[in-house]
Amino acid sequence: MSFTNTIRWEPLEGGVVNLVLDDPNQSANTMNADFMQSLTATVERLEAEKDQITGVVISSAKKTFFAGGDLNDLKQVTKENVHELTAGTEKLKADLRRLETLGKPVVSIINGAALGGGLEIALATHRRIVVDSPKIQIGLPEVSLGLLPGAGGVVRTVRLLGITNALMQVLLQGQRHRPGKAQEIGLVDELVASPDDLLPAALKWIAENPEAVQPYDVKGYKIPGGTPSTPKLAANLPAFPANLRKQLKGANMPAPKNIMSAAVEGAQVDVDSALKIEGRYFVDLVTGQVAKNMIQAFFFDLQAVNGSRGRDKDRQPWKSEKVVVLGAGMMGAAIAYVCAKAGIEVVLKDVSQEAADRGKGYSEKLVAKGVERGKVTQEKGDALLARITATDDPSKAQDADLVIEAVFEDPKVKAQVFAEIEPFLKPDAVLGSNTSTLPITGLAEGVSRPEDFIGLHFFSPVDKMPLLEIIKGEKTSDDVLSKSLDLAKQIAKTPIVVNDSRGFFTSRVIGTFVNEGIAFLAEGVPPMTIERASSKAGYPAPVLQLTDELNMELMVKIRKATKEALEAEGQEIPHHAAFDVIDKMIEAGRPGRLRGAGFYEYDENGKRTGIWKGLSELFPVQTPEAGIDPVTVPLTDLVERMLFAEAIETVKCLDEGVLETVSDANIGSIFGIGFPAWTGGVLQYINGYTPEGADEATGPAGFVARARELAAKYGERFEPPASLVAKAEAGEVYSDTALAAA
Amino acid sequence: MSTEALVFDAIRTPRGKGKANGSLHATKPVDLVVGLMHETLARNAQLDANNVDDVVLGCVSPIGDQGADIAKTAAIKAGLPNTVAGVQLNRFCASGLEAVNTAAQKVASGLGDDLILAGGVESMSRVPMGSDGGAWAMDPETNFETSFVPQGIGADLIATLEGWTRDDVDAFAVRSQERAAAAEDAGYFKDSVIPVKDLNDQVVLDHDEFIRRGTTAENLGKLKPSFAMMGEMGGFDDVALQKYHWVEKIDHVHHAGNSSGIVDGASLLLIGNETAAERNGLKPKARILATAVSGADPTIMLTAPGPASKKALAKAGLKAEDLDLVEINEAFAAVAMRLIKDLDIDPEITNVNGGAIAMGHPLGATGGMILGTLIDELHRRGKKYGLATLCVGGGMGIATVVEAL
Repeated sequence: MSFTNTIRWEPLEGGVVNLVLDDPNQSANTMNADFMQSLTATVERLEAEKDQITGVVISSAKKTFFAGGDLNDLKQVTKENVHELTAGTEKLKADLRRLETLGKPVVSIINGAALGGGLEIALATHRRIVVDSPKIQIGLPEVSLGLLPGAGGVVRTVRLLGITNALMQVLLQGQRHRPGKAQEIGLVDELVASPDDLLPAALKWIAENPEAVQPYDVKGYKIPGGTPSTPKLAANLPAFPANLRKQLKGANMPAPKNIMSAAVEGAQVDVDSALKIEGRYFVDLVTGQVAKNMIQAFFFDLQAVNGSRGRDKDRQPWKSEKVVVLGAGMMGAAIAYVCAKAGIEVVLKDVSQEAADRGKGYSEKLVAKGVERGKVTQEKGDALLARITATDDPSKAQDADLVIEAVFEDPKVKAQVFAEIEPFLKPDAVLGSNTSTLPITGLAEGVSRPEDFIGLHFFSPVDKMPLLEIIKGEKTSDDVLSKSLDLAKQIAKTPIVVNDSRGFFTSRVIGTFVNEGIAFLAEGVPPMTIERASSKAGYPAPVLQLTDELNMELMVKIRKATKEALEAEGQEIPHHAAFDVIDKMIEAGRPGRLRGAGFYEYDENGKRTGIWKGLSELFPVQTPEAGIDPVTVPLTDLVERMLFAEAIETVKCLDEGVLETVSDANIGSIFGIGFPAWTGGVLQYINGYTPEGADEATGPAGFVARARELAAKYGERFEPPASLVAKAEAGEVYSDTALAAA
Repeated sequence: MSTEALVFDAIRTPRGKGKANGSLHATKPVDLVVGLMHETLARNAQLDANNVDDVVLGCVSPIGDQGADIAKTAAIKAGLPNTVAGVQLNRFCASGLEAVNTAAQKVASGLGDDLILAGGVESMSRVPMGSDGGAWAMDPETNFETSFVPQGIGADLIATLEGWTRDDVDAFAVRSQERAAAAEDAGYFKDSVIPVKDLNDQVVLDHDEFIRRGTTAENLGKLKPSFAMMGEMGGFDDVALQKYHWVEKIDHVHHAGNSSGIVDGASLLLIGNETAAERNGLKPKARILATAVSGADPTIMLTAPGPASKKALAKAGLKAEDLDLVEINEAFAAVAMRLIKDLDIDPEITNVNGGAIAMGHPLGATGGMILGTLIDELHRRGKKYGLATLCVGGGMGIATVVEAL
């Protein structure tokens, strides 16, 4: 069978062979079919010529050492491919095993990132030498794509580092380590100062270790920290899965469990059996829906939203040099920090010097914390702070090329602050508003250059949340959109682009989830059941807790504004059961955490102390004694009502043209509003919808059927939109290629 | 063909503290059983050992000193005829009662055996609880998928669900201590507790040494909850609450003073049918009317004595109100309180001579011990119907209904 050789054989002096990983068809080396066959051929040749060989050095001709599995391939495999997939991974692992048992020293010299499959290849050699550069990342991040390291990564890290260390430092979180930390953990053996030092260090080690074997292939080797038969480990082992369950909160995340299982089970048997066990858990994940969802979102969709997005590739990216942040409240203060951190000069303006200073105080606090934790040097921190000018003087905005307005959500106030600042700006300055709900087209009427006006919607806390929702008004120019996308890159945010509408995409969709969760209270669902159902769904914060943070007073304000705007158009706001709950809570003087009283009780420091004792009087709970055995009643209806509410609203956003791409929907929902990561995002959730207890996804058709069930049971808001029904009937899924073709 | 299962005798060792300084720690578990075998033969002089068909013993950690079929090992060491077989079984805390029930079913079936020695043994000081590993707790995949939590968390969850406070469970524990001390002082255990002797025939222990006289609610109140740390740091509270999702948090009310004690001990009953009675001239003390095992949610783990008891009562054609006495193993105070609630029985007929909180729970031996206590007390009171039941790992429950003869 013909294939492209991706492993170059280069003889060096003294009988050492240099195997150069260099796939001629790709910019990075991956574990594609060509590599698999190249590896087999290479290992066969090594064995055949073993007597003439004194050692092997594996290096890469690419910028990175090796990129890992081929995600395009992995995305395709289904349960029907289990047999060939198992055979394929076993072949790969057998070849790597032959490499590490060659009887000659094999050294990996690592000149760039070795993540996933790349590190797994290196782990199958006797020594890993890495350039000590902060740009090089070492790790096994498969878990973040819903996978496990299936090329021996679990087996070898467990044997080298011990079960606990391998799980905690490498496998369960998929940490990406710098070389120094990787050496400390034991993932790599030696650091060198520059790429030129790699080969000499490798040759030296080969000369000194002519008969290298893996430590775990030496008779009597004991895994550090022991195995389940070691009493000390055995005493703690039952808590491993329990703590994992505590951490995952019942969400549909099979990868960490499979990783832990493969690690512990593998430690009890020989290497070859351990590799077999690892392979079974890998195949289980890769043929499952969650890995497909996560690969789609965190690889393909993320790549798409961060890509060129219609910008001319030859064009020099725009760079903001001076930004005016209007309003030094919580959002403005944090936006100022993020911009200053990216090297932009920032004018943080508020109505009084005092308020502006208070806003800068936010950055001062973050910098101090960063210095204390060693994340930033004092010098860099000071420079960051020096870039922020807190002021009440609009003239300080002189020559700014960007405005980000973050004042009170009132069109009049917003128009005022823009009018005050506009005269000082550069003539083509980008006029951005961080409004989270007000239509951009309307706000643009308040400025002199509506074509330069754009929505730049940040998420709180701005320094942690990765998303920037960019909203185009009716008149927003392509040039300003391009600049805004460049800005996102400059300040290291992930952009999505949406069209104007009340609440845009994110605020509009998250509202449906929050309302659904709140409405459960009115139905007599116990508060903790609601919280645990939202955690089980995979939301990062339980819904009542989140509502307390979001503040019900603010929610009422937004509802009123929406109501007025709709009434002006002769429409009515559709009633939601959540409104009654919210009104009752406000009446009870419990709007949320800000006032120290919401669904939860808070102490004087604002710390949650427990569910408000009066809640069950306000909303009587249907108890287990009411005839249901709660242990056997699934939370599925609660879980799916929240997820479906958001998915259906998203389809409406597509229908109305608020959304232009599927990738924007998926990434926006995960990064901006906490839609569960395992779903791959709010439209991928429909694509991969899998009914409770089903083995395989039923996709849009299954989603439609279930939506109708929910509509019959809980209300017409779950009725699937016509476009979705059509998609289901046509057997299609949501994808950007399909949208582009339409 | 025989259809009856009769109890001819029921004896036990005293319970020694399950620690290195416990009186029975220097005695091998096999010898605890051998001593009871010799005593059974001695006090039933008319019994021909050649007529014993089998030995069925419960043991929860059958490894090391207790491994390799301790039932047959003990039979050989006791000098029983070679024809006497032996089998060890494990149904966690129900092992001892399961051994009795199995023996009862064997002799009542008429298919083979007529006379069996049944009971159990556990030297918790020598083979600690959990030392046999097992997939449920130790295999991450099994543990994760089945929501495993240690029993203590389940016991605390029962109390939380029922609204029983620390004071409630402590009050139950104080009663157990008072009743056990009173029963011992009155000599109620004398005929059935057989002193353990060493190879020089010296008495090692002749009474239950775990009882703490003078226990008060006040001094129990000073004890720290046993499972709070494990529930929090070990993640087990969260595991349980993902199932019991309406509960805000688990109130950790159990501690060493209101849970069963860790002790060493053994029990042995002589079980047979009418054929065996006639052939050996044995006089039955009780008839076993029904046996049952059942199960409930494995995570809360300890709520199935109720279902098992109801199942056994139905089989016996009895109602809970027909019972004269009930023995529920006091694994944890809340377990016993929950059974009293589930069967709606009078606490005054339940564990009248104390229970495992006062005297200890030698895992595999306990079922045989409480059944013996039950039969003795029915006789002493001149009463008829009794029920013995235990909560069991894995969410199981076991029950045996007897009629005193």
